[in-house]
Amino acid sequence: MSTTTLAGREIHVDAEGFLTEYDEWDETLAQQLADQIGVEMTPEHWDVIRFLRADYAETGTTATTRRVNAVGGFPVKQQFALFPKKPGKKMSYIAGLPKPAGCV
Amino acid sequence: MTDTQTQPAVVPDFGDDAETDRKLVIICSKGNLDMAYPGLILANSALGEGIAVDLFFTFWGFDMITKSRQQKLTFTPVGNTAMHLPIGGRMPQWLSPFPGMTWVATKMMRKQIDDLGVPPVDEFLDQIVASGGRLWACKMSADMQKLTLEDLRDDVEDIITAADFMDLSEGAQTLFI
Repeated sequence: MSTTTLAGREIHVDAEGFLTEYDEWDETLAQQLADQIGVEMTPEHWDVIRFLRADYAETGTTATTRRVNAVGGFPVKQQFALFPKKPGKKMSYIAGLPKPAGCV
Repeated sequence: MTDTQTQPAVVPDFGDDAETDRKLVIICSKGNLDMAYPGLILANSALGEGIAVDLFFTFWGFDMITKSRQQKLTFTPVGNTAMHLPIGGRMPQWLSPFPGMTWVATKMMRKQIDDLGVPPVDEFLDQIVASGGRLWACKMSADMQKLTLEDLRDDVEDIITAADFMDLSEGAQTLFI
């Protein structure tokens, strides 16, 4: 495990840079994570990120694209538009969660 | 914590800068419920990784994109020696062809798939198309089964020939399922 300094404090991350501690995340940090990967946050982006956080708190796993659609109500097309090319990984990175583990 | 090291900010590489031309073509030739899924899962995963995907449906694979059939794919244990019973042991081969076995086995598999949160074939294709995947139908199969574009899902791009398929798959990684 290693730490990195983001938003003026030390954060635990894995080898790829994904946060490993759920409670170290806040929206200021999320903004910075988004900036780092070139995602410009809009209210629509925040809705998806907040859903992912709440869903993880409930289930203990990161929602897949399918679940973000089926349970969160965000159409797959919209997810690809908001987080281009690799929505699953980008959403979880900004939300401070592990990459989705499910296949679908 | 002694094993914790502070390092400069690590940013995951999502490969956005490298303009990838990686392309996957999946030929779906089977119409059994169990054989529909490998192609769907791989297509969906590839799209989620920013890889362009074309699905080409041929022969029995047509059932996956035929409006009247795509919700009715079935699974049969006949000839499948890897079919295990919930109570343990293998399903005896003499039992597999009995009337009603396909119905039972299909019902069981549908439930297992649903329990995993994996969508049925038609919804899975909806998701693949929404993710940017394209669906193509084989001309010879359409002619053999006397099907036209009208009979197929509305999001099927076109019915194409084997020669068209060669253009489509140029430079792509191709999987035959």
